[in-house]
Amino acid sequence: MADKSFFIDTTKCTACRGCQIACKQWNMNPATKTTQRGSHQNPEDLSFVTYKLVRFSEFEENGKPVWYFFADQCRHCLTPPCKIVAELHSVSAISQDATTGAVLYDPKVKVGEKDFKAIREACPWDIPRWDDKTQGMAKCTMCVDRVKEGLLPACVKTCPTGAMNFGDRDAMLAMAKGRLEQVKEKHPKADLLNHEYVRTIFLVVDEPRKYHTFAVAKPETVIAALHESNVLVGS
Amino acid sequence: MTNHYIDFRNADVILNMGSNVAENHPVSFKWIQRAKDRGAIFIHVDPRYTRTSTKADIFARLRPGTDIAFLGGMIKYILDNTLYDEFYVKHYTNASFIVNPKYGFDDGLFAGYDPTKRAYDTSLWALEKDENGIPKRDMTLQDEHCVFQLLKKHYARYTLEKVTAITGTPQEDLEKVYAAFGSTGTPDKAGTVLYAMGWTQHTVGVQNIRAISIIQSLLGNMGIAGGGINALRGESNVQGSTDQALLYHIIPGYLPAPRAQWATLADYNKTTPASKDPRSVNWWKNRPKYVASLLKAYYGDKATKENDFGYAWLPKLDPAQDASWLNLFDEMYKGNFTGFFAWGMNPACSSAHSGKVRQALAKLDWMVNVNVFDNETGSFWRGPDTDPKKIKTEVFQLPCAAFLEKEGSISNSGRWMQWRWKCTNPPGDARPDGEIIYELFRKVQALYRAEKGAFPDPLLNLKWDYETNGKFDVHKVAKEINGYFLEDIPEHPVDKKEYKKGTLVPSFVYLLDDGRTSSGNWIYCASYTEAGNMAARRKKDDPTGLGLFPQWSWTWPVNRRIIYNRASVDLEGNPRNPKRALLKWDAENKKWVGDVPDGPAPPMGTEGVYPFIMKPDGVASIYGPGLKDGPFPEHYEPLECPIEKNIMSSQRINPVIKIFEGGPDTFATCDPRYPFVCTTYRVTEHWQTGVLTRWLPWLLEAEPQMFCEISQELAKLRGIANGDKVFVESPRGKIWAIAMVTPRLKPFVIAGQTVHMVGIPWHFGWLHSKDAGVNANRLTPTVGDPNTMIPESKAFMVNVTKAPKEPAKKAEKAQRR
Repeated sequence: MADKSFFIDTTKCTACRGCQIACKQWNMNPATKTTQRGSHQNPEDLSFVTYKLVRFSEFEENGKPVWYFFADQCRHCLTPPCKIVAELHSVSAISQDATTGAVLYDPKVKVGEKDFKAIREACPWDIPRWDDKTQGMAKCTMCVDRVKEGLLPACVKTCPTGAMNFGDRDAMLAMAKGRLEQVKEKHPKADLLNHEYVRTIFLVVDEPRKYHTFAVAKPETVIAALHESNVLVGS
Repeated sequence: MTNHYIDFRNADVILNMGSNVAENHPVSFKWIQRAKDRGAIFIHVDPRYTRTSTKADIFARLRPGTDIAFLGGMIKYILDNTLYDEFYVKHYTNASFIVNPKYGFDDGLFAGYDPTKRAYDTSLWALEKDENGIPKRDMTLQDEHCVFQLLKKHYARYTLEKVTAITGTPQEDLEKVYAAFGSTGTPDKAGTVLYAMGWTQHTVGVQNIRAISIIQSLLGNMGIAGGGINALRGESNVQGSTDQALLYHIIPGYLPAPRAQWATLADYNKTTPASKDPRSVNWWKNRPKYVASLLKAYYGDKATKENDFGYAWLPKLDPAQDASWLNLFDEMYKGNFTGFFAWGMNPACSSAHSGKVRQALAKLDWMVNVNVFDNETGSFWRGPDTDPKKIKTEVFQLPCAAFLEKEGSISNSGRWMQWRWKCTNPPGDARPDGEIIYELFRKVQALYRAEKGAFPDPLLNLKWDYETNGKFDVHKVAKEINGYFLEDIPEHPVDKKEYKKGTLVPSFVYLLDDGRTSSGNWIYCASYTEAGNMAARRKKDDPTGLGLFPQWSWTWPVNRRIIYNRASVDLEGNPRNPKRALLKWDAENKKWVGDVPDGPAPPMGTEGVYPFIMKPDGVASIYGPGLKDGPFPEHYEPLECPIEKNIMSSQRINPVIKIFEGGPDTFATCDPRYPFVCTTYRVTEHWQTGVLTRWLPWLLEAEPQMFCEISQELAKLRGIANGDKVFVESPRGKIWAIAMVTPRLKPFVIAGQTVHMVGIPWHFGWLHSKDAGVNANRLTPTVGDPNTMIPESKAFMVNVTKAPKEPAKKAEKAQRR
């Protein structure tokens, strides 16, 4: 089995939230109590029991409404900063699957609040979440249990439009770059987000921050994290 | 649907209007995306900027209830710019037909209006016939009384300026939409239309559909791959439910419901559509065969030629009775019903003016509520502001199996009858609906047998033998719907072949009017034959490459995947668009290749049969004299509207709608107490009144509470901030909602004045979850389309106010008034 990646094409996302619900279902994660807050985005944020969240971002531009959808999830970094920081803090909860590259959290491993904060801060995409009752950490698993049986991740399997894609990293990178070329004709600002560093590659057509505060990591942030990791791993 | 969801991928231009396809039919967006990948233009026309709009190449906003003005402008644009398909219009539509010179139209009224009856004498609108009874035509389309010229004249008034003044759609947006969709008027281009309740739930609902029928006929988009008029059905089997006649005005297979004035089968059969034109196939001429076969399916051996096959046992409507939904609940409200089965529905939430419905339910002696979960209907007696002690209605709740817990078929929007298998047993005492009905009727029959009754014959004579080893057998029902040969037929009149008694009829072509065949629904005849259960097929072969998949499930009629497909070829039977060849005449072997054609007749040529075989004249109706409110669609304002005067004419509202008066039926037009237009809708995460989805925690997590979408401008006007609790009030009721202040809604400029609009979903109700909110239909009016009586839930007037700050519990109490 080869290195895997997601390609998330936001231009094809209709925010049906099939991925969000399928994720809950496959992982048997409970629903949280929510209220209507004046937005369709619900639950409000990722959590210990919400690994996949469609973020809704709306604003007006030149008198016209703009509404972006961002099916947020773990980026499954090639070199995950969260894992490095965890190791620094002697936290053994994080591992990386050797074949797929999935970054995996063991929610049964107790992590102190301080350690968790450091791990969360290490993630430029603000993904890790923690449960104050069990003191465990959780996030997207890449459905590695499905993938190892030859199945697609639940979120990808359920996506009707082709926004969610998954496969061998080479194939996904090729698909992402091909699609970027097409989309650029109409949307010159289109870009792939941090695709060199991550296994969850988002295609957006506008400034990433208009989708979500943590949609993209500044390259220097990632490089800093990697640099830190090299130094630390070496020492 | 004339076509199928998969066929969207074949379109060059997709017009989604009167529906919100990405949100309400999310999986179908796969095929729209396929079309977009090919470079198709996707247009969304809607009062609101929705998740669908985000994927549109062109988005145009219009005021709710002004679709005819919008589409009337498109008709004018197509005519003015000669964008129509001239060959198609001349040969395949009634554009050349001559209309009675008494037809006329003046200031919003067609000829023949009687204000005291609020009705037209529609005979003045008839098509002219020659001495042989054949429609008169002018193939040059120049005659002043021909349909084409009348069409031009009627829509000449729908100028861009007027359309903009009515709809609030900027002129440049109108022109963008008109030009893009109008570009499909050439044979090598296909334009499809996707609509839903946004077009139907109006007092001009049928005429909205007529307007697009005219456009699709002008552009030659009917009967072709990537074309058609496609009603996106709101439930997986709602197509099946209408096919099987879950409506008052029809019996299975779209046969008219018998009425008191047709006392005998011969009287009934006299109403069979007739045509004297030898070039018109007029397929409905076969109706007597389908009625006789249906009666044989109902009454078996008890149905004989001598007793009219038991026709007398069928219930009859009064001569002009309209027993549709709104009238039904009006009668219930007046106390004219004893009992009521609410089966798989939730009228206390789903019905327009649901407050009236709840009062009506209290007038019953008994009600049986059959559903997967309890709902606001079954529990109306313990609802808000209801004292159970004061309710006399005895309510029985019957839990039924969910779709995964039973075997059977569903018929989807594309007319596909798909077999589904049971994957698990229903919980507890829940049982499949079929079993419940089967056993219930067994008990009714037994009671009648024991105790007789006023008129037991229809009940005692009904053939009711759908069981195997004492258990309800859904295959026996499916076979009955298809139909059997009831006697040995040594030489069938159709093909001179022999058919044995007890075998399944291969297709409706073999049905007879003499009692030798049965069929529970003629359009489904060929679905379950001696070759097996066609609906259970799952082969993925696609010989045309168009995605017809002819061996996947089964489509009515006779597995025809795109209806009216004879209109896709020229007079010689060659595909007009060779790149998307749906049908082709193989002259050498004298047969059609491709989809199942609309009848086996050779190509039309100069003397052959016309393509629209279900229409009495054999052609598409640009002019439609069969409706109650006019042969051409005309813009009228919704019953409740924000402007004093209809910009098109002196007739503010549709002149033939029924006005319910008195009791809880109150309305407000141009009333300063209710200044804002309101529309209702659904979101992806919930289904209908939420009976199934509100109990699913993950869906409730995603859409937990009633909300009201409000523009930033209106929010400012009313001092409302995003997330505030607000009250939405109409003359019928008052509900709370959470304000969703958004740039996706905008005020309209209508005839120079600002008109605000708000939008509310109708998924929520008081029963579950406890803080989900009250249902939107507490606000909607009891008024319907004159042809169908579908309620006008998409355009009515409300007020929106910020809820005063008070402790949460008090606030809840207040809204339950």
